[in-house]
Amino acid sequence: MDDVLSFVFLMFAATLRVATPLVLCAMGGLFSEKSGIVDVGLEGKMLMAAFFAAATAAVTGSAWLGVAAAIVAAEAMALLHGFACITWRGNQVVSGVAINILAAGLTVVLGAAWFARGGQTPALESEQRLMPLFFPRAGDSIPVYVALASVPLTWWIIERTRFGLRLRAVGEMPLAVDAAGISVAWLRYRAVLLCGLFAGLAGAYLSIAQNAGFSRDMTAGQGFIALAAIIFGKWRPFPAFGACLIFGLLDAVAIRLQGVEMPGMGEVPVQLIQALPYLLTMFLLAGFIGRAVAPKAAGVPYEKEH
Amino acid sequence: MSAPRRPLPAWAEIAALPLINIALAFVTVGIIVRIIGVDPFHALRFLVLGAIGSSEAIGYTLYYTTNFIFTGLAVAVAFHAGLFNIGGEGQAYIGGLGCGLAILAFDHFLPAWAMIPLAIAAATLFGAAWAAVPAWLQAWRGSHIVITTIMFNFVASALMVYLMVNVLIAPGSMTPQSRNFTASGKLPSMQEVLAAVGIQVAPSALNLSIVLAVFCCVGVWVFLWHTPWGYELRTMGHNPEAAVYAGTSIKRTTMLAMCLSGALAGFVGVNELMGVHQRIVLDFPAGYGFAGIAVALMGRSHPLGIVLAALLFGALQQGGAELAFEIPAITREMVVVIQGLIILFSGALAHLPRPWLQWMLALFASPRSGEVPAKRAEG
Amino acid sequence: MTAIPAIELQGIQKSFGNVHAVRGVSLRIEKGAITGIVGENGAGKSTLMSILYGLYHADAGEIRVEGRAVRMENPRDAIAQGIGMVHQHFMLVGTFTVLENLVLGAEGGALLAGGLAAARAELARLAREYGLAVDPDALVADLSVGEQQRVEILKVLFRGARILILDEPSAVLTPQETDQLFRILATLRERGVTVVLITHKLREIMAATDHVYVMRQGQIVADRRTADTSPEELAELMVGRKVLMQLDKAPKRPGDVLLQADHLTLVDERGVRLLDDVGLELRAGEIVGIAGVSGNGQTELLQVLSGIRAPTGGRLVVRGRTIDPHHPTDPAEMRDLGVAHVPEDRLRQGMVAAFQAAETSILGYQEEPPFCRHYLMDGPAVGAHCAVLMERFDVRPRAPGLRSSSFSGGNQQKLVLAREMAREPKVLLVGQPTRGVDIGAIEFIHRELLKSRDQGCAVLVISVELDEILALADRILVMFAGRIVGEVPAGRADERTLGLMMAGAAPALSEVEGP
Repeated sequence: MDDVLSFVFLMFAATLRVATPLVLCAMGGLFSEKSGIVDVGLEGKMLMAAFFAAATAAVTGSAWLGVAAAIVAAEAMALLHGFACITWRGNQVVSGVAINILAAGLTVVLGAAWFARGGQTPALESEQRLMPLFFPRAGDSIPVYVALASVPLTWWIIERTRFGLRLRAVGEMPLAVDAAGISVAWLRYRAVLLCGLFAGLAGAYLSIAQNAGFSRDMTAGQGFIALAAIIFGKWRPFPAFGACLIFGLLDAVAIRLQGVEMPGMGEVPVQLIQALPYLLTMFLLAGFIGRAVAPKAAGVPYEKEH
Repeated sequence: MSAPRRPLPAWAEIAALPLINIALAFVTVGIIVRIIGVDPFHALRFLVLGAIGSSEAIGYTLYYTTNFIFTGLAVAVAFHAGLFNIGGEGQAYIGGLGCGLAILAFDHFLPAWAMIPLAIAAATLFGAAWAAVPAWLQAWRGSHIVITTIMFNFVASALMVYLMVNVLIAPGSMTPQSRNFTASGKLPSMQEVLAAVGIQVAPSALNLSIVLAVFCCVGVWVFLWHTPWGYELRTMGHNPEAAVYAGTSIKRTTMLAMCLSGALAGFVGVNELMGVHQRIVLDFPAGYGFAGIAVALMGRSHPLGIVLAALLFGALQQGGAELAFEIPAITREMVVVIQGLIILFSGALAHLPRPWLQWMLALFASPRSGEVPAKRAEG
Repeated sequence: MTAIPAIELQGIQKSFGNVHAVRGVSLRIEKGAITGIVGENGAGKSTLMSILYGLYHADAGEIRVEGRAVRMENPRDAIAQGIGMVHQHFMLVGTFTVLENLVLGAEGGALLAGGLAAARAELARLAREYGLAVDPDALVADLSVGEQQRVEILKVLFRGARILILDEPSAVLTPQETDQLFRILATLRERGVTVVLITHKLREIMAATDHVYVMRQGQIVADRRTADTSPEELAELMVGRKVLMQLDKAPKRPGDVLLQADHLTLVDERGVRLLDDVGLELRAGEIVGIAGVSGNGQTELLQVLSGIRAPTGGRLVVRGRTIDPHHPTDPAEMRDLGVAHVPEDRLRQGMVAAFQAAETSILGYQEEPPFCRHYLMDGPAVGAHCAVLMERFDVRPRAPGLRSSSFSGGNQQKLVLAREMAREPKVLLVGQPTRGVDIGAIEFIHRELLKSRDQGCAVLVISVELDEILALADRILVMFAGRIVGEVPAGRADERTLGLMMAGAAPALSEVEGP
């Protein structure tokens, strides 16, 4: 009995661990997408943040300075995205792709130049990291709790505050917001900055909590899985959180199932489980599991014309 | 208030603006290089020498250019149809798989003259099929092609890892790669081809694929601007409602555009596997699919522009490798940074220099106003 | 009256590029009255009001609200000055409730709960005081157009506006809903609210306003007390010369039936009946006009007749070909059958703004010789074709290489019309033939349509302008709620009867559903 309990606990802990960056990224992405700014650059922001967190922690020896650096780095990328998409009304997908590619290159270039370890940062000591708070085996570092708290907080902000009301309005009908005398650009900038904040935390978690340092492309598509979770949750915080947990569980299971023979079907290909979040999201998008309707103005630059 | 974007004269729109965009990207790279502690002009010299300093370097530059032409055209064809295909990476991967499977199946029986067209056809088919799924999902089920093509990149990657590790791996091999192709599954290198007509060049990875790339450029140009299907495709890209009005099937045209796009991306597999690796390997698309976005944006989605942009990117790829070799502080990923910045400045921030340019032009403009008064429909 | 006016404009100027939209406008809006601003489409009315509301900045001029000079940087400033605007296209968020829409921008605090409760009480008060009842918890997307407009007015009142600007408020309403709106405006006037009504419909000016300004080409050309003027005088002032609405029509010689629709029905995915049992015939050599308030199925009728949408019931017979739900068609086949279609919205459907005029001039005919031979297109042939069309229809400038969007509205419309008439179609479907077109071009377009008719073409004209229908049609059909509710021969048609039919006043018809 104890074995089962501890297995369940460890599976749950593993799921939560894997889901933490997804949840943080998804909540950040929600703010951005709700405001009508599509963000395929979550991956890049998170990668950039992960690098600067580990680099700063390694140089200064302080995990919290690492977190601060991560947030600054992600916010810089977020501002770039905002500058391109809001101020210059550029294509949001193009901007997001640019940020992803830029981050993939820049982290390695800077890492190699500064630490000369082929793009990796030096391995971090435990005092340079965010360590588990209560259960060492579960890996319950602070970002995990922040991620858990971020979901009701996001819901509350979006549904219950003035900012949230305006955010939802600007993603559906920016013209109405403009006509009400509210600045569309400033609203969207705030949404994009919130997105950067969360993506920064997610990146810091990856490199100084879950792992002990940065390695190239360490986000490995998690930004896109978070994006998938947003879609899967139909742009609502709690369902998106649920999707993150499912995707986290899949990942935790995939690690366990590696090389295990399943009765009746042989070895389950790990790659299939890894591809499942994407496949499931595609099924959803295809309308086979309900309908996912994006904010109406998402992806459309706002231009004052009539 | 944000003023409506006013058009610039054609020469500024076609030449000056893109050049300023690229210049901005390079200035930014220069600053990054400076931050790393390397003299940008020093680095630039190695970059240029590495890209075009020798016959071998030029060969490699053109070999990389070939890939960029394929993916650039792929993105451009979809662009013209108003579709954003971010799935070039996956389509190149699966196109290569098709090419490789055809060769693995038939290279013991077929001579090269039959094997090569068959393998190219297989790459076309597989690349197109991989793009056809997101196209179908958009056309019939209304899911957004940007998201589905991104997802399909990851699915392609997972599929390839599975196939290479569990199915296609050569017996006894420690690394996940297939057996070597036989001689009939090899695309002749340009060195061999040129030697046959008496021109001596240094050996490089450059192979006959570049001829295929040139054909594709001409083909895309003719298709888009000189056939009714291209006309319909562009109509759909600019104004889907007008396309419907004109009797064009949105579903069919979406499928056509994406299949063409996927097939073009799939040719990266031809260049890489049949031209160079001589077996199926992992990760050969190596970012070409994404870089195709930069190439298409920079080349203004026109085949001629794409060739020029692809040459620049090829030179960067090759020069960047040499640069990383000469200056250890700079890694090959510097090229990726440049790609990212070019997408940023030629794509998302494309209009950044417009007000400056307008201001400059206004300064130098003569009093005569030969422009047709652009009176717009009141709305 | 010597009282301080609610609004005073002095020498307002505004240009967009080389288009001089507003040229030195000065006017006074009296307090507690309904002032009309009337003018044709494009006369500068909407631009002027957008300046007053802070959406645009004037290049020059002064705005005074209740005697104080103010600067309108953005709508917030206007709202602060007590000015509210009901836009032609509603500024409502469809996924929000009425209450949420009401508080947007005036939430009364960082948290919603308190503000929403207060707004609910205020809404009840406004509903009582002005007779504007709306369910506060209904989703705006589920409301009818008339109700949505009520929400817009409530929004403005909720913000404490004392000056209300309405921009073409009746464009989407039935005549009866419009009457209701005018009753609301009268109530507002009684309670001391100042109302500015922008419209191009003279009937409404006469019915609702106390005072009227006439705008033409960006200028105020006249101001009158409504009681002292007549529709004829206003029309003349708007247009700048006597309007020649009576066209010389040869007597009608109807021929064979070229297009016949029986029990045509169109039901969309949500189950809304967009077309309901529509029957009509088009004969060679006649013009059939379809009158109706926009949004009553005209757009869908045009889509079905031109092959863009397949009917879900009934059938359509075009020159021997039968089209029904099991045998759908497409616009290309309809063109082959000799059905040409000038779409209602040329910018959205009839042309590609980024294409050269030459490319636009073959839209829909791209696969036909001489434009296309052996699967390749013949650029010079396309250019030559466009040049011929431009010559014949007097499209200016005569530049086939110029971007389609660079032509004025009238010239774009002439180009589209030229393209569709060039192939001498058997059936010509025309939606809103003169929307956004200047007077000179209107006469030209009307004459061309009549010429087509006289050459034996069957012409169907759909227009929201009753005058246009009355001027052109040999027979008039009236559409309401997706049905043809009546037919009137042109000789016996008058605006009143048609208006009643357009409102669905014929017996045994249910209320209007929102589009």
